[in-house]
Amino acid sequence: MASVPSKHYTDDISLLVVTLDTNPFFWSTFSFHFSEFLSQVLAFLNSILLLGQLNQVVVIATGCNSCSYVYDSSSDRNHASTNGTMPAIYSNLLHNLDEFVAKDQQLTTAHKPGTVPSSLLSGALSMALCYIQRAFRAGPMHPQPRILCLHGSTDGPEQYVAIMNAIFSAQRSSVPVDSCYIGSNNSAFLQQASYITGGIYYRPPQLDGLFQYLSTVFATDLHSREYLRLPKSLGVDFRASCFCHKQTIDMGYVCSVCLSIFCEHHDKCSTCSSVFGQTQSDVASADSRKRKAS
Amino acid sequence: MSAAQQVVKRAKYKTTVKDPGHKHTKEGSNKPPWLNLVHSQGSYIFEFESFPDLHVCRELVGIALSKHVETTKVVSDEQLSAAEMTLRIKLLQENSKLQKLHKELVASGKLTESEFWATKKKLLDQDESRKLKQRIGFKNSLIFDTKPTSDGRIFALKPAVHQAFLNFVPSKMSEVDFWNKYFKAEYIHSTKNTIAAAAEAAEDEDLAVFLKDDEILENEARKKVRRVDPTLDMEADQGDDYTHLPVGIRLRKFCFTISNCSRYSANGYPEGIGEITELDHGIFRDGSKETSEAQNTLYRRTLLQDLNRQSEVVLEGKTLDIDTEHPRTVAEVLARRKQESDGVIEEERRNRISKMAQIEDLQAQDDHPFAPLSIKDPRDYFDSQQANAVKTLDDSLAGKETLRCNLSSEQVYGSLRKSISNIKTKGLKDPLLSPEVALKVLSGLTKNISSTKSNLGKSSQESVLDILPSTIKEKLLDARRLKDAISQIDSKLEEIKVSAKSDLRHQVSLVVHPMQQALEAALLHYDADEKKRSAKVPKPNGYV
Repeated sequence: MASVPSKHYTDDISLLVVTLDTNPFFWSTFSFHFSEFLSQVLAFLNSILLLGQLNQVVVIATGCNSCSYVYDSSSDRNHASTNGTMPAIYSNLLHNLDEFVAKDQQLTTAHKPGTVPSSLLSGALSMALCYIQRAFRAGPMHPQPRILCLHGSTDGPEQYVAIMNAIFSAQRSSVPVDSCYIGSNNSAFLQQASYITGGIYYRPPQLDGLFQYLSTVFATDLHSREYLRLPKSLGVDFRASCFCHKQTIDMGYVCSVCLSIFCEHHDKCSTCSSVFGQTQSDVASADSRKRKAS
Repeated sequence: MSAAQQVVKRAKYKTTVKDPGHKHTKEGSNKPPWLNLVHSQGSYIFEFESFPDLHVCRELVGIALSKHVETTKVVSDEQLSAAEMTLRIKLLQENSKLQKLHKELVASGKLTESEFWATKKKLLDQDESRKLKQRIGFKNSLIFDTKPTSDGRIFALKPAVHQAFLNFVPSKMSEVDFWNKYFKAEYIHSTKNTIAAAAEAAEDEDLAVFLKDDEILENEARKKVRRVDPTLDMEADQGDDYTHLPVGIRLRKFCFTISNCSRYSANGYPEGIGEITELDHGIFRDGSKETSEAQNTLYRRTLLQDLNRQSEVVLEGKTLDIDTEHPRTVAEVLARRKQESDGVIEEERRNRISKMAQIEDLQAQDDHPFAPLSIKDPRDYFDSQQANAVKTLDDSLAGKETLRCNLSSEQVYGSLRKSISNIKTKGLKDPLLSPEVALKVLSGLTKNISSTKSNLGKSSQESVLDILPSTIKEKLLDARRLKDAISQIDSKLEEIKVSAKSDLRHQVSLVVHPMQQALEAALLHYDADEKKRSAKVPKPNGYV
């Protein structure tokens, strides 16, 4: 990656990129209503902008078929079609969100009936990172960017590689990923993302007080975080388990091509079909240590 | 001629069977303008009055013939461009053998038109490449043929004159004056009187432009030297070996090779003047020996310089297609051309260097076999790692309860859009949250933050300090300072105990004493620990 040119970093100005879970399947099964969720989040976004004149908020809608930018506080294209009842930020965001949902619906593909498809978290994270990379390269000064994931739907295992790539790229550009997970179970993806990038992972137990959680925990800019005690992510157990028996292992065989983990020697990788070379079973004990997974 | 347009030209006409290969005579050759049309029995030769007439008719014949051939080949379904067609016709007309073969095979229906030409593809390509390479050059009579012709010959040969023309005409002098000056300068050159030339130049500064050595030429020569291909052409053959040729031919050959291939001027002499003067030392324009004073060399031109320049221009070719126009326009067009071609040459040179810079022996072998990575199921990675994490983190070990959704996508999207429009119309919830909820959230967060339960014991590296903000943690991290702070507090407590009034002392000591005791115990423990640590001499690598 081309190194980001050194710039003057501002202390306490936030560029907050919010990914908003708009998975309709999730919201229709979830006890907390989407409109209530939205009103709490909108209030939070507005408060971020009110915290500092230079603060910037970008919202990315995360559907289950597509992702899209739905709001950018720095954009001039925000058409202020307010009917006077609410600020422009709300009406713009809602207008774009409505359009996005309609588009997302057109892209609907058949999924297994009865299940909830997962949201495209990997896509949303990538878009957020792209936006931040652009911000890094534009202008002499830029705020400290961070990503906030407001998610509720379950992890999509098929996105694993893409999400991990996004997480590592966020880590490399030192962009913390905060996660406010509102679903009933913890999200391993978001835990991992926050853990690796040094962000905050929090699952608010009291959803009707979501605004307060957001404003007390997630509104703090990166500078202030040094002086505050925020909910710390609990140590996450990321011990590996083997692909073959799903058992947690401390030592095992790793495919040199696709990094699959096995607890015993195979002739062929079950993940990428690479044929493994002959193991020197005669000198096994000494040699197999080299192939160990930590 | 059944062409759509009719052309009437006067021509003599005779029938002949001789010389069937040539289609028409070339302009500039000794032969009169003949057009030879070949047919099955022989050929007709038309003699035109002028070459332009010939060209008009030739074109027309070409079109007509191609139409004729097109109509005959009904079987072939391929569509041919007019260029392709004329090329085939030309080949047939130039090559009688081929024509005979074509007649035999195609006319008799043994082969279709396209089949026939498929086997003769090489011939077609050859013609194509020949056409690409060949350019019409200048006539080889530039130097002595110095009429102010307006086709830009003088401009091409003498860039300084070209530049001067652009500068002076018509702003400073008229065209007639310009050419007068030019030929005056030429005359002085031809007298070979370098002293007179210097004197004239001193008098008339405009004239001096023509008399001095061409600066532009020199610059160009220098530029060319810089452009020399640094790569060595190993394909040089016997034809490049000029040493066995007689001197006259050697000179010509040199002129040719030098102006053609810039690599020969690698010794740094512009245009290889050095080599030629070595070969035929002392030949100047009039054949006299070098006698003049050194200071007048500025006004001296050698025949060799002229020859070199001429051969270069001749080989560069006539880049001007416009016929007699105003000299001013010609001059401008030429100037533009020059700039364009310079850019192209520079680019070509760069491309060539980049191509040659790779040395085959030093390249890494890239014949490694490769196969695209095909991951059967990326979900495996997730399961392998995350299953553990989720299992241990969820308070209930019941695992994931999978959400079930039996609604259709229309329904779910509909409800989502409905809630969006709901907010649009009704606005945000007011109040956003009730005081009871706010209190609950606050106490919940405080409890979460202050609790160390979940943090401790999870991993050995983490301590109570880790839950503190990083700035405070850093301050506390130094154990020595911590110890100092504790002992300070200890002594302060002691002071408090002593300073208290006697009647209160007992009560104060009741409060302070347990605290003091705890601190002293901690200090004792620290000392013992440090002693123990320092006793262990050989520490394993990285052990703190």
